[in-house]
Amino acid sequence: MGKYIGKSVYRVEDDRFVTGKGKYTDDIVLPGMVYVAFVRSPYAHARILSIDTSQARAAEGVVGVFTGEDECGQYGVPCGWQVNFKNGETMREPKQPLLAVGKVRFVGEPVAVVVAESLAQARDAAELVQVDYEELPAVVDPKAAMEPGAPLVHEEFPDNAAFDWCLGNDRAEVEAALANAHHVTELHYRQNRLTPNAIEPRSYIADYNAVEDKWTLYTATQNPHLIRLLLCAFTLGIPEHKVHVVSYDVGGGFGSKIFHYREEALVTWLSKQVGRPVKWTADRSEAFLMDCHGRDHVVHARMGFDAEGKIVAVLADEYCNMGAYLSTFAPAIPTYLHGTLFQGLYTTPLIHVNVVAPFTHTTPVDALRGAGRPEATYLLERLIETGAREMGMDPVEIRKKNFIPPFDGVETPGYQTQVALQYDSGNYEGALNKLLSIVDYEEFRAQQEAARKEGRYLGIGFSTYIEACGIAPSAVVGALGARAGLYEVGHVRVQPTGKVSVYTGSHSHGQGHETTFAQIVADMLGISIDDVEVVHGDTEKVAFGMGTYGSRSLAVGGSAIVKSVEKILEKGARIAAHKLECAVEDLEYSEGKWTVKGTDRSVSFGEVALTAYVPHVYPQGEEPGLDFSSFYDPVNFTYPFGAHAAIVEVDVETGKVQILRYVAVDDVGNVINPMIVDGQVHGGVVHGIGQALLEEVVYDSDGQLLTGSYMDYTMPRADDVPFIETDRTTTPCPHNPLGVKGVGEAGTIASPAAIVNAVVDALWPLGVRDIQMPLTPLRVWQAIQEASN
Amino acid sequence: MKVSITVNGREHTHEVEPRMSLAQFLREVLRLTGTHIGCDTSSCGACTVLLDGSAVKSCTVLAVQADGREVTTIEGLARNGMLHPIQQAFKEMHGLQCGFCTPGMIMTAYEILKQHPQPTEEQIRHGLEGNFCRCTGYHNIVRSIQRAAELMASNA
Repeated sequence: MGKYIGKSVYRVEDDRFVTGKGKYTDDIVLPGMVYVAFVRSPYAHARILSIDTSQARAAEGVVGVFTGEDECGQYGVPCGWQVNFKNGETMREPKQPLLAVGKVRFVGEPVAVVVAESLAQARDAAELVQVDYEELPAVVDPKAAMEPGAPLVHEEFPDNAAFDWCLGNDRAEVEAALANAHHVTELHYRQNRLTPNAIEPRSYIADYNAVEDKWTLYTATQNPHLIRLLLCAFTLGIPEHKVHVVSYDVGGGFGSKIFHYREEALVTWLSKQVGRPVKWTADRSEAFLMDCHGRDHVVHARMGFDAEGKIVAVLADEYCNMGAYLSTFAPAIPTYLHGTLFQGLYTTPLIHVNVVAPFTHTTPVDALRGAGRPEATYLLERLIETGAREMGMDPVEIRKKNFIPPFDGVETPGYQTQVALQYDSGNYEGALNKLLSIVDYEEFRAQQEAARKEGRYLGIGFSTYIEACGIAPSAVVGALGARAGLYEVGHVRVQPTGKVSVYTGSHSHGQGHETTFAQIVADMLGISIDDVEVVHGDTEKVAFGMGTYGSRSLAVGGSAIVKSVEKILEKGARIAAHKLECAVEDLEYSEGKWTVKGTDRSVSFGEVALTAYVPHVYPQGEEPGLDFSSFYDPVNFTYPFGAHAAIVEVDVETGKVQILRYVAVDDVGNVINPMIVDGQVHGGVVHGIGQALLEEVVYDSDGQLLTGSYMDYTMPRADDVPFIETDRTTTPCPHNPLGVKGVGEAGTIASPAAIVNAVVDALWPLGVRDIQMPLTPLRVWQAIQEASN
Repeated sequence: MKVSITVNGREHTHEVEPRMSLAQFLREVLRLTGTHIGCDTSSCGACTVLLDGSAVKSCTVLAVQADGREVTTIEGLARNGMLHPIQQAFKEMHGLQCGFCTPGMIMTAYEILKQHPQPTEEQIRHGLEGNFCRCTGYHNIVRSIQRAAELMASNA
């Protein structure tokens, strides 16, 4: 198209970040601002007998102390997605009050809040709040929560299930296919619980202006308009035009900053109560306790094969932890973002998945990078490789036998799965073949054989994945229980001087939209990227928006911008035709000017822009101005896919896993900025390596969080990982104007299965068949010991 | 307590609480918000600054301990409107995404390159052990430091 799309343009946003001039929420200080500290529950489950705030109220600098007995206890943050029981019963949806009322249901649940002149004073006074609890028995494991007699998280419900849901073919038919299969592979495992750990902690500042009766909320969020909608319409009952939400720079999200949290609503409420701007920034301990966790499925999965290795059926039974309350997107994650991916890349004719989603006395669980899809990929990719090894087949060959043949969604139709989705376009074997050529598979197997003779254990593991991104067609998600539309808004304003401002409802918290979106607009208009600014994160600048999650920004937000630029070019052509005294059809647009075809008569984009705002000589009936806003609601999800391989060496004496190579071949459709796309894959893969080897949230049986700091929860560090080798195939998305699919989650979805498959491949000759994530040296060593006994 | 700290070449004298960290002093008293705070256990490295020319985690240094000493923050690296070679390298090699860990990464890179002007990959990864990044997978941060070494060698 032009000179920017497809190029690794340096990021526009970087100058401010590398000089320390980023503007994150905690960087903002407002005149008269007061600070908040929370009193949080030390128990996973307890009755609140009494709260004595008298000493705290009398402490130096204290402006106010509030509990669930105050008005704020009447408000609750909503859940945005309804998933009903398979028998038709409505999802059980407890109230999540801003401060606990009567009972606490997880460690860290906010019980009281202190507002003071300084943060130190607020924290000192919070220590003086006396809460008398009666401790009650707790349940933390999702399967145990469904056993008879398990402590109830919410007494108003007969058991702990939020819902019991299924998807796919008739269960009896799937069971019968498994019973008749040549071979059935079966796995029992725990999809380990993770915590997101964006390095910027959540931060909120609310500023109530009594004269205007209006709030400004500065918030570290991935979706400012969605927060405004939830806060206003569902939590506090404020008209939307009374709240201005601002989120400039946000230091990473990974899902955790999608959600509307209690603290966010509470500082908003508090600002009016105390008549001052109110600030709260989580410390890391609070982030571990309160930021929604991810994953935590207890899984029993089976895959049946015929004698040739063709998959005949997949059946999964899962208990997926919801935590103590339903967070914003929580019910959608283990259901419509998970069960719907059980087709994988394979032609499996029969699929059934059943998900029981229990409440437990733990932090709420919701979307975390990949959100449901890493769990689906892990299940399928562990099953197919385990099946191959059990049947003495090659893990590459068995995949090739089962791949859906290539289709482009144009000449050949999309692929209808057994689990509700229609894939848009794909060439799955193409990606795997490219991967195999990069890793030199045959050569590796020879090396592996030679190494084993020396007592060294090398392994290779594959993960061929698919994901549903670009969430989503509103009509589809509405039918599946979403309580919001999931379109996006792109507003493009041509200034009179020909400079262009782009206002997007997407939100960048590291993705580089200020660059990628500017590349698109600059190329479409044939102007310099320096003449394009991209504005996000402000509900009064950007008309509307749904924000960034599910790898949707480019596919949905980018497409909305394209629609607006197209409208600008159409109107600009009418203005240009009037100036050049010709018909619109006689014009062509290129390199920033409209030219009468076959002549040298032209008018520049800048001249047309100025004319639109100074319309002295102007087409009759045409409105002045060159400014368009568009809503884009996609017709389908997008379906990126790819093939990843990990090569590892396992030290069988210590159980330590070393990743020797990690190779990712991804197909994310057309690529706007390869540098940014590669960066997303690197980060995603390492996030998944964290899940595979290092990270796990652990509660004890009383519901105490044992991994509540960086001293206990193991994040990947620079010396834990190798360079990530990346390459691509390109199968454009057939249904959006850019042909793009999205890349933010691909690495996280693919890599856990590749790593675990590689470790099991290395240790298969020793009898090791499965190891529970994370594959810490202890677990690997134990697996080797158990296999040898 | 009264402290006098030279930050980015300028001396600042203020009354501070004894429990105030250097990170808080920089952010709250001087309003130099490029130094970020990402944890409370001295684990994440987002708050890394130079104290008398060596990288320290400013959340673990009290403001009073910095009395009479020199501090360089991310705001003090660029000179005369020109990015420092490390800053330039992070931009060229896409060594940052959300930007939150970046100031700490750049100050740590400064220390790594001070100790090893031509560092190996292993020296870089070892040197970055005390800094978390959740976005980049460290890949392009390592590349950025390698690139910075080239730029600094050619400038020398």
